[in-house]
Amino acid sequence: MGDRVMGDDGTVSLTDNSLIVDISDALSEKDKVKFTVHTRTTLKNFNKPEFHVVRQHEEFIWLHDRYEENPVYAGYIIPPPPPRPNFDASREKLQRLGEGEGTMTKEEFNKMKQELEAYEFPEYLATFKKTVAMHEVFLTRLASHVMFREDEHLHVFLEFDQDLCARPRGRFQQFGGFVKSLGSTTDQYYLNVTVRDVHDFFEKQMNSLTEYHGKLKEGTVKTDKMTEKHKEVADSYIKISGGLVQLANIDPGPLDKYLMKVADGFEKARKLESRVASDEDLKLADTLRYYMRDSQAAMALLVRRLKCLATYEAANRALERARQKNKDIHAAPEVQEAEKAQTEACERFDSISTQAKEELLDFKTRRLHAFRKSLIELAELEIKHARTQQDLFKKSLQNLQELM
Amino acid sequence: MADSVEPPPLFENVDMKREEAEDDDLFESAVQSQPSANLCLEEDGHDLLNGDSDIGEEIDKLMLNDKSEMENVPINNQSTIATPTMEEVEAEGGDQFIEITITEPQKVGDGMGAYMAYRVLTHTNMPFFKKREFAVMRRFSDFLGLHDKLTEKYLKVGRIIPPAPEKNVIGKAKIKMAQSEQAGNGSDFIERRRAALERYLRRTSQHPVLIVDPDFREFLECDIELPKATNTSALSGAGVMRFINKVGETVNKITYKMEETDPWFENKLVHVEGLENQLRKLHYNVEAMVSYRKELANLTNGVSRSAAMLSVCEDHNLLSRALSQLADTEEKVEAVHMEQANTDFYILCEMLKDYLGLLGSVRDAFHERTKMFQLWQHSQQMLTKKREAKAKLELQGRTDKVDQAGVEVIEWEAKVERSQESFDRISKMIKLEMDRFEKCRIQDFKVTFIKYLENHMEHQAQLVKYWDDFLPEAKAIA
Repeated sequence: MGDRVMGDDGTVSLTDNSLIVDISDALSEKDKVKFTVHTRTTLKNFNKPEFHVVRQHEEFIWLHDRYEENPVYAGYIIPPPPPRPNFDASREKLQRLGEGEGTMTKEEFNKMKQELEAYEFPEYLATFKKTVAMHEVFLTRLASHVMFREDEHLHVFLEFDQDLCARPRGRFQQFGGFVKSLGSTTDQYYLNVTVRDVHDFFEKQMNSLTEYHGKLKEGTVKTDKMTEKHKEVADSYIKISGGLVQLANIDPGPLDKYLMKVADGFEKARKLESRVASDEDLKLADTLRYYMRDSQAAMALLVRRLKCLATYEAANRALERARQKNKDIHAAPEVQEAEKAQTEACERFDSISTQAKEELLDFKTRRLHAFRKSLIELAELEIKHARTQQDLFKKSLQNLQELM
Repeated sequence: MADSVEPPPLFENVDMKREEAEDDDLFESAVQSQPSANLCLEEDGHDLLNGDSDIGEEIDKLMLNDKSEMENVPINNQSTIATPTMEEVEAEGGDQFIEITITEPQKVGDGMGAYMAYRVLTHTNMPFFKKREFAVMRRFSDFLGLHDKLTEKYLKVGRIIPPAPEKNVIGKAKIKMAQSEQAGNGSDFIERRRAALERYLRRTSQHPVLIVDPDFREFLECDIELPKATNTSALSGAGVMRFINKVGETVNKITYKMEETDPWFENKLVHVEGLENQLRKLHYNVEAMVSYRKELANLTNGVSRSAAMLSVCEDHNLLSRALSQLADTEEKVEAVHMEQANTDFYILCEMLKDYLGLLGSVRDAFHERTKMFQLWQHSQQMLTKKREAKAKLELQGRTDKVDQAGVEVIEWEAKVERSQESFDRISKMIKLEMDRFEKCRIQDFKVTFIKYLENHMEHQAQLVKYWDDFLPEAKAIA
């Protein structure tokens, strides 16, 4: 079975429209999600001004890795890759329904289907939309970046109408990914200890980013736990509403209508409470999550810079050694070669440092805007939901007082 | 006025009369009943140790015990005829009010002897109270003692007596161990108990007969320490006796199915059972909601703290400020969630629990009626036997014994008549009581849900306010 969801078009906000990417459609299949990537462009190196391709999550990761391994982009914060789609929990229930079709009685099946449609499906839909949005953000950030949007891998990703041979990661590759991430963190520690930074600025940035990243991570975890519990609170209303209906059924007389009204109030409050939970998730948890990943990407940039510094220092030492060895020879080729390598390393290091400074500033403005936007939206939604709930209770009270 | 119409308490005078005037039959059963109760006690002790005593035998004894008790009942039944006059109190109590509040729980004493005392404050304009406003200090066992006294007096005639709050050994131990009264769990427990005791007294005071009971009035009014209720503690001898009686009752309830002749009772029983089932389910789910909400409050605190830490790391001034404001807001939201949990618990959850207890009291009253019915049936069987015996003797022409048999027949005829009367009386009383109970229940449910929704509306208003305050802080980020 598959579910089609239209992508959110509102997320793309670009001043120039030379390359506009969005996910126009997504299709969920048994163990994968197929995203339809839609591109409109005025750039000359594309064959057509508008086209669609179908991509899977693994291809997004592939694209991300291409950026990360390309030295040209070493000085840039590479947009964090979208997280793996994960809505197994909801989907499992929906799938079980499909499997149970033969074994259940018609009433059972219909009842379960109704319940799923009422409670599980919106949940599933929300997760699905979120996944799509996160994949879209990754692409729009690449497409709106002056450097990244020229990348040929991106162009292939957007235009090439075939599988990119990025096989879904098996267990082994996932483990490989783990080793890789382990490698990069140890790199960071190793370089931090061995390389003495010439710029205080970067050392401070590295330290504060590490701390910042840690706090963001903690904030994300805590907020996730909170929203999850909030969902549970909302869901507990269902049972209470149901219990009140049952109570009303066996207690005819002056109370049954009254209890039905209360049950109805609980049912409506459930929807509002679960909306509060999902909006907190969307506006607070997801913002924290995104900047947790983005700050990690910024740290990766600083690690790359440190690596450059290490290379530069090694080149310096090599030049020293070559000069010592060839101090009697005029214009020895070995020295010239070392000098050239040293200059190159120096230039690369300087350029990456300048670039990194700019990128860190950029990171800050981006973060500021995002937090501003989502905190405002969070507050507005909280106010809206609380007001609606207040009104709901007021109306319920009026109804009840009429029955007094 | 109430004192005179008081049903005389049970067995003291019964024993006396019995010794004077009763025939062998009753005497025999009385003799039997005494040792059997003791035996049960011993057996029970055995049971606890060995776990292999003969349960069937025990049940037999308990049944016996039960029967002898039943035979005693009719004697003091004449006096209960007086009770209907007490219902008149109900009619006249239009603009009378009584309001009971419990405040200032305080710890008295130290160590294992420590207990909590509660201040019971009463406002009333009822004429049989000496003052308009008075307060006494009472401890938990006093409440249990009061409940026992009321049960002893009024359950037999079919009154529905509000149940006393449950004992909670763990909570009690916590109080004893708690050094200060502010200790988290301890104070939570005390507040729960305070509220439960208050609801208990209010329910009792709503009852037109229970409120005029001298023991109840003494409890509210007399500013002296009540004699310590001995049989309320869980492990005392009396406690064990009570337990055994309860087991006996339960066995009786299970084994004896009464043939119902009155459709009203049949319908009511079905209704009560249905209510019990649904209320139990609902109570369970509301309890779950309360605990989820409390957990949510804790987790919101976690978010608040992590936002505060993030604000420390954030090097942009305005964003840092906004994050710290977010931390404050989340802390306030945490408090709202806690209040919501309290609303859920103290208003909704406890009301449902109270009604589960009250329905238990309804069943108790129903069971008293069943016992009365059993007694009636038993008397009738006895009468038939005696008649047969008399007829046999007449056939055999043993005139010397016929006279004696004739006396017995007359006696049992009177007993049948009396037990039928009391059965009719308790049936009538239960109908009256149920009528009152249902009126109270409907009103209680209505008022509770209104209060519940009002509180939740207030909580949402708080949330609106807190987020409204936060909004400008978010907008200030630039």
